[in-house]
This record gives sequence, C-alpha cells and structure tokens, in this order.
Amino acid sequence: MSVGAETILEVLELRKWFSVGGGVLSGAKSTLKAVDGVSFSINRGEILGLVGESGSGKTSVGRTILRLAEPTGGTIRFRGQDITHISRGALRSIRPKMQLVFQDPFASLNPRMTVGRIVGAPLMIHEPGLGRAERARRVGEMLQTVGLSPGHAERYPHEFSGGQRQRVGIARALMLAPEFLVADEPVSALDVSIQAQIINLLLDLRARLSLAILFISHDLAVVGHVCDRVAVMYLGRLVETAATAELFANPRHPYTEALFSAAPDPDPEIKRTRVILTGDIPSPINPPTGCVFRTRCRYALPACAEAVPPLRTVGPGHQSACIRDDLSLQPAI
Amino acid sequence: MAEAAQISTNAPMTSSRRTYNRALARFVRHRLALFGLAAIVLLVLLCAVGPYLWPYNDLRIDIRHRFAEPFSGAHIFGADELGRDLLARLMTAGRVSLTVGFAAMAISTVIGTFIGTIAGYFGGIVGTALMRFVDAVLCFPSIFLLLALAAFVQPNLLAITLVIAATAWMEVARVVEAQIRSLRERDFAVAAQALGASDAHIMFRELLPNAIAPIVVASTLNVARAILLEAYVSYLGYGIQPPTPSWGNMLNNAQEYLSTAPWLALLPGLFITLAVTGFNFVGDGLRDALDPRLDLP
Ligand SMILES: Nc1ncnc2c1ncn2[C@@H]1O[C@H](COP(=O)(O)OP(=O)(O)OP(=O)(O)O)[C@@H](O)[C@H]1O
Ligand code: SF4
Ligand SMILES: [Mg+2]
Repeated sequence: MSVGAETILEVLELRKWFSVGGGVLSGAKSTLKAVDGVSFSINRGEILGLVGESGSGKTSVGRTILRLAEPTGGTIRFRGQDITHISRGALRSIRPKMQLVFQDPFASLNPRMTVGRIVGAPLMIHEPGLGRAERARRVGEMLQTVGLSPGHAERYPHEFSGGQRQRVGIARALMLAPEFLVADEPVSALDVSIQAQIINLLLDLRARLSLAILFISHDLAVVGHVCDRVAVMYLGRLVETAATAELFANPRHPYTEALFSAAPDPDPEIKRTRVILTGDIPSPINPPTGCVFRTRCRYALPACAEAVPPLRTVGPGHQSACIRDDLSLQPAI
Repeated sequence: MAEAAQISTNAPMTSSRRTYNRALARFVRHRLALFGLAAIVLLVLLCAVGPYLWPYNDLRIDIRHRFAEPFSGAHIFGADELGRDLLARLMTAGRVSLTVGFAAMAISTVIGTFIGTIAGYFGGIVGTALMRFVDAVLCFPSIFLLLALAAFVQPNLLAITLVIAATAWMEVARVVEAQIRSLRERDFAVAAQALGASDAHIMFRELLPNAIAPIVVASTLNVARAILLEAYVSYLGYGIQPPTPSWGNMLNNAQEYLSTAPWLALLPGLFITLAVTGFNFVGDGLRDALDPRLDLP
C-alpha cells in the first residue's frame, strides 16, 4: 500500500431498492430505486462531496455503505475487504472504523442520556472492560478535541445549542478513532454563523486524523469549500464526478449546471442567466427511460430517451453521464 | 470556540429540572388527579396502619353485635352477620385488594413492556405475530378470560394476581410497541446501530428510557383495572376465598342482607369506587402532565 492515494472505500454498482406500497387494500407493491448503480471510491484523508436535490438518494448511499441498510446489489469494499454481505458479528469489529454524523443535531442524541454517556457509549460497547474513571477521562479528552469542555459531560443534550450538539455527535463518531466518516448534511440544520465553526472542525480533524469523509450536502458553497472531489447525484445515479475546482469551473452535465444556477449567487453584481430547474424531481418508483434527467433537461434530444448514458471520462479525473459533447455549460460563479 | 462558553457551568436551574417542574405544575392543576392521589394515599395508609390502631380484629365473632348499624356504637362502620367489625374487615380486605392491584400491575407492566419492546423493535414477522396475538387476547372480554382462567386455578392470592396480570398486559404492550416502533427510526437509534450496539443495548438502554412516561400512565390505569377485576371475580365467588376478606367477596357476602343491612354492601362498594376512580384520575392527570407536546418552549 502506498502512502497518499490509498483507497479506503470502494463502491461498485451499488443499488438500494425499497419495496413500497403493498398495503392491505392497495395490494400491488412497487420498487423504489433510491440508489441504482452508483460507483465511486474515496482515498484515505480525502473528502468526497455528494450533492443533489432532495430525494436523489444521498442519504440512502451513505447508510447503505455503512451497512445500516441492506444493499440490494453491488459491492462495498472497505479497507480492501468486501463488506457487502458480511455478518453482523463480522461487521461489529469494522464499525469503529466507519462512523456517521447526522444532519439533525436534536434527533441524533438520546434525550435521556447525559453527554458523557452518549460520547462514552462507543467505549461501553467496544471496550466494556474499561473502568469508569478511564472512560470518563477519555470522554473528557474527546469533548476537548471537538471544542467542548469535560464539564459538559454531566449535562443533557437539550441544554446545548445546535452547534454544540453537533460537536457532541462528532465526538461520539470519533471516539473509536474511525478512518472513514459519512457526514450527512452535518451543517444544514445550523445557523450560518455556526456552520463555519463545524466545517472548520471537520477540516481540522481530517488533517489531524487523516479521516476520509463522504460529505453529503445540497449547499454547493459549502461543498466547494470543503471537498476535494464532488459527485453529483440525480434520481439514484451519479451523473458527474470531478475534482472540486474542475467541476465548478467546467461542469459537463446539464444537471450540474442547473444546480450551480439554482444556488444563491455569492456576488449579486455579476449578472448570470439562470438555468431554472423546472418541475419536481420525478418519482424514483417510475423514473424516465434513458437519461433520467431528460424530463427537465433543456438540452434534451430524442436520442436521450433511448438508453441510460453511462459515466464517461471527459477529462482527467472527470466523468459525466451526458450523451452530448457539444454543450458549453455555465460554470459556477 | 466561543459557543462552548455559552452555558455557564453552574446554571441555577437546569432545563430538565424545569421540564419536571412544568409537569408537576400541570399535575397539580389537575384537580381530579389531586383528589385521586389523596384518596389513594388515604386508603393505603388506612389499610396499612389502621389494623394496628383499631381495637377490633377482622375475624373476631361477636354475636351480640350482629348487624350493628354504622355510627351507632363501638363498631363505627357497623358489624356483619357474625358481628365482625366492618371497618376491621374493610382494612384487611383493602390490604388484599390493593396488594393484588399493585402486584398485578407490576407483573402486567413487565410482561407488556417486554413484549411491546420486542415487537416494536424487531417489527416484521416477529412484531406482526406478537401484535396479532395481543389483538387476539384483547378480543376476549377480559372478565370472560378471567373467569375462564380462574376456573382452572386454585383461587389463592398469588394465582388470582397472576390471572389478573395475564388479562391486563395487552394495553401496556400496545403502548410500548407504538413508542418503540417510532423511537427506533430516530437518529440516535441509528447512531447506536452504527456503533455496533447489540439489540438488547439499543432496546433497553437507548429506546426504553424514552418510553417511560406512557408506561407510567398505562400502569397507573392498570392498578385501577386490577382492583376492579379482583372485585369482579371475588364477587362472583371465583376469587379470594373467605374467610380472607377482599372488597369483592365482602360484596358477595352482603348480597343476602341487602335489604336488611345495606351498609354491608355499600361500604365495600364505596372503597372499591374510591380506589378505582382514584387510580383512574391519577392516570389521567399523569397523562396530561407527562405529555411531551406540552413541553415545547
Ligand atoms: N426506508 C425507506 N423506505 C422507502 N423509501 C425510502 C426509504 N428511505 C428513503 N426512501 C426513498 O428513497 C429516495 C431517496 O431518499 P434519500 O433520503 O436517500 O434522499 P436524499 O438525497 O438523502 O434526500 P434529502 O436531501 O431529502 O435528505 C426518496 O424517494 C425516499 O422517499
Ligand atoms: S443525456 Fe440528454 S437529457 Fe440527459 S443530460 Fe445529456 S442532454 Fe440532457
Ligand atoms: Mg438525506
């Protein structure tokens, strides 16, 4: 294994389908393809952004690769080991190495437990032999690492602000020294002023612990600031991936362009043509044939309905799933 | 990290204390609940301590005072057909009835909580099967179920308690199942799963503590139910057997003398009513007081 570009997580053709409907009266069940053939990999210490509208399947990707939801198909390889179908017992020894940070800092902490117990829970589960005092010491240390004080361990979650709770959630995730973190919209529930603090904390931890992070977000400004690479997701599929700077300067998929355009302008002085995303994201139960974006794409051609366009390499480290090469799309900013 | 300093280390009143006080305030405002609580405390004290202070024994036969009327002599609540002091009998009977009530509540709460937790947490086939079973048991009128069961067992205190508990756990199971089913979808449960916590850890350490309030309410109402059920079966002669008195079998015994000595029926009836409504009012009061929706700032 070489230093630098060592792959920590590799996802191949991941699928997560839900069976929905099928109530007592309606009878018929249908398949909701929340994730339908997603492939990507993350290197040690790298932050990969996963962006897309609500309902595009970002959370499903994150939870499935952590095996919090059973994958319907594909392969998940973590630190070289295929974990797609390994047993719960085998998974237990891997869990410490891959953790999750949640969007909602209120729902993600047990209201009946003190912060000390919440942050100490990983130790109780994985190092049950640890003495009380030693556990308290390590909890205190971890609280300091995330910018809280050891004295906060006695308090209950509702006594904290949103940003502080998010720190508690991060402390819990870091307690077992993970190598990979899924951060599912970790700042979107926070005030803008607090967002920067949490983002800087994550960046700082990444640098110190060489954490790899799958950073799920719909805020492109945040993603541009935080991520090394970005994957754009639409209706269960990746439509474009590239290094952050490359993607922002040179988007190659019409959906990426539309996302940039929908984002609020950092500088209102600059006049840009808005590429408006019309209508809602189609239902993943019954997605359009061919290119799933074609119902909202302003560049769509009849050929777009024929086959699902695969991700093609369009530049160094840059892939896009659009059949049209002749487009010149608006960059971000 | 200026934010971290936002909370001073010794805030005068933590908000968990505040939540508790708000719940207490709501309970105190609930007049009927307070009345119920007073009735329960009074009854429990009377039955627990009374027999030591009252000069008459519940079994002592005193032929001279047969059918003594209440408030007419030394037997303040009168005496029965054998001249036994009615207050002494009511107090001893109360010990039996209240013990059955509390014990049946405790047992049914444990069973109901366990089954409800398992069903709510695992869901799927296990959950469906368990809850269908609960529904099936609930379909029987509990008095019928109770009599059917009581016909098969030796009617002693323990057996009657177990039989009543066996007909009273379903409500608790339902309440707990619904709570656990919704709690297990919450992010903190997912977080525990992501940590590799065992099912038992997630069920009993993470989820169950969040379902305490509805369990307390259901259990309180269950005490009332159990007391009433015990009175039913004992009244019908399948419950606690004389000479051990219970409020229910005192009623049974009083039937014959209903026209000549109505107080023999009225007083046990009054005690049963007091206990049952008392627990019901307290249960309702707790339900309102512990309703988390009322705690939103
Ligand atoms: N447990 C489930 N059962 C059925 N459908 C589900 C389930 N979880 C997610 N879905 C569906 O899968 C699709 C993708 O959901 P997902 O939460 O992964 O999207 P998302 O990109 O994270 O959206 P958001 O930005 O709103 O969080 C949605 O259509 C959603 O309704
Ligand atoms: S393949 Fe066609 S419909 Fe899809 S993004 Fe490209 S141009 Fe639009
Ligand atoms: Mg999501």
